[in-house]
Amino acid sequence: MTTSTTDTAAPAPPTTAAYDTTKPSEPEAPTGAPLVGRDLTIGYDRRVISVGLDVEIPAGEFTVIVGPNACGKSTLLRALSRLLQPRNGQVLLDGRDIARLRSKDVAKRLGLLPQSSIAPEGISVADLVARGRNPHQGLFRQWTSTDEQAVTDALAATNTVDLADRLVDELSGGQRQRVWVAMALAQQTELLLLDEPTSFLDVAHQVELLELFGHLNHQGRTIVAVLHDLNQACRYGTHVIAMREGEIVAEGRPEQIITADLVSDVFGLDAVVIEDPVEGGPMVVPRRGPRPTRPDDHSALANPAHLR
Amino acid sequence: MISAPVTDRGDSSPRTRHRMLTLPAPFHARIDVRVLTVIGLLALLALVAAVLGLVLGSLAIPLDRLVAVFLGDGTRIERTVVTQWRAPRVVAGLVLGAALGLSGAIFQSLTRNPLGSPDIIGFSTGAHAGGIITIIVLGDGVLSVSAGAIIGGLVTALVIYLLAWNRGVQGFRLIIVGIGVTAVISSINTWLIMRADLDIALAAASWGVGSLNGLSWTKVTPALIMIALASVALWTQARSLRQMEMGDDLARALGTDTERSRLLMIVIGVALVAVATAAAGPIAFVALAAPQIARRVTGAAGTTLLGSAVVGGLLLSVADLVAQHAFGERQVPVGVVTVSIGGLYLVWLLIHEARRQLA
Repeated sequence: MTTSTTDTAAPAPPTTAAYDTTKPSEPEAPTGAPLVGRDLTIGYDRRVISVGLDVEIPAGEFTVIVGPNACGKSTLLRALSRLLQPRNGQVLLDGRDIARLRSKDVAKRLGLLPQSSIAPEGISVADLVARGRNPHQGLFRQWTSTDEQAVTDALAATNTVDLADRLVDELSGGQRQRVWVAMALAQQTELLLLDEPTSFLDVAHQVELLELFGHLNHQGRTIVAVLHDLNQACRYGTHVIAMREGEIVAEGRPEQIITADLVSDVFGLDAVVIEDPVEGGPMVVPRRGPRPTRPDDHSALANPAHLR
Repeated sequence: MISAPVTDRGDSSPRTRHRMLTLPAPFHARIDVRVLTVIGLLALLALVAAVLGLVLGSLAIPLDRLVAVFLGDGTRIERTVVTQWRAPRVVAGLVLGAALGLSGAIFQSLTRNPLGSPDIIGFSTGAHAGGIITIIVLGDGVLSVSAGAIIGGLVTALVIYLLAWNRGVQGFRLIIVGIGVTAVISSINTWLIMRADLDIALAAASWGVGSLNGLSWTKVTPALIMIALASVALWTQARSLRQMEMGDDLARALGTDTERSRLLMIVIGVALVAVATAAAGPIAFVALAAPQIARRVTGAAGTTLLGSAVVGGLLLSVADLVAQHAFGERQVPVGVVTVSIGGLYLVWLLIHEARRQLA
């Protein structure tokens, strides 16, 4: 559990040793934007979600995409990771059209943790993480010591070494999500895209995962995550993209763009933005709406005064 | 009041999984020792069934005579009985069973559902229809019936694939559509046989019950070659099949070309079941049960192709021994045996699946 890191101002985490073991396959971070969406029109079937969208994922940053439900953030992530073919425009990975690259070559550069994945029945944690090595393997090169090392490192980085021999079916939600992250790490890609990685986890496990992503980012990986929690976006993101109705409303450093006006504009939420008392940076505190006052309602819930 | 402590099933002590053995260069493979050991034992059992198949019969050939035949020492009668009459049947039991097991593994893996096997979703029935039509139109030739069965299976697969298509093919949809198409094709099959001339109808009906009886090398050899080719093609796709068990999104994220692999795998799976059907007629249950038995017995993660093939061969060989020898002088077609066992298994599977959905 890394929750203790949040109440110390210094960024040095207590578990650094465990995180430091995994390094991307190409250590030098490329300058400029490794992943670019140009004039993207994306959608499903007849429903168009975004038209003419331009987006750049800056190298070495922890980009967080935020926005209300159904604003097209996951759709954008799917398009950027070539899971969804854009109807118009193109996605460039290191300046080359991602649609023309071989699937395996893309998978060596870009890792993705989708929202829903299925663990095959009866698979152990180590076996599942080993499947993340797929892009580095071939018909006659099924398993090498490099693969072994990558899996060991990924397990260490996610604190799942102790779980290696367990069956994935037996794990708790938090453990399971860490195992999926380990699998994505075993892929050893410079770019890591995460689609709502903290959904369905309790707050401690959310923080633990975000800390891990923060450390991976520190080591030079470019990370893109779709997150629901604005305050988590402010705290962990170094670059925030705010979306509404398929369009990018604002992007930049959280302290530059997260304002009360933006929150109102994007989420339609009345909120105050104050300085995070622990880490600095912006913190969004929503206001309550008008209190429900119904004179004929005498229930204790509506009128706590009765409780006294 | 203090309630009794509840033991939580999910909180059991850590289960140690199978020992993985990493093979160094030049093999570069990671193997599960237990899975491989169990598969080896199953293969041994299949071999015993095969030997029994060679030994038993109206002319009993004791083991020492069997060895003599293989060493070239047997009498002419013994040699004919073993190498020309019994061996093709035994080899067919092993290899066709393996083909059915592989085909079942492919479709159960693609649909992520133990009911998604070719005998449930209509590919077997389609191959059967292709065979009947060929017998009626062209007569009872080995190659033409094989070709007809394969074409019938592929056309059925295409129809089901298109009917089930909805932004990609989803497993459960494929099964439901397949069951519907199976019903339609079975009634067409019945109608075709009823309309045909008597001798043709008899030929089609005796083939249609599924039997290894009277299989000769001329019929078995082409099937062996085609199954070998399909198996090599499958081997190149095995990794993709495994990756796709985790969902299309993750498989694609990890560099698998899912739609292309799926299409290729459907063609391979249909070819396997169609070749087996062409050689021996429709044999139910093996494709349905072999992958499930293999997975449970070996404890492999997900689908085990090798295990499914070995269990398939074992199942069909044993079923054929039962069909030949369990009913005294009268032989029954192996298809009847597998259908009877398969019916019971299917009932169990449906109950098991229903419980799992509720749980």
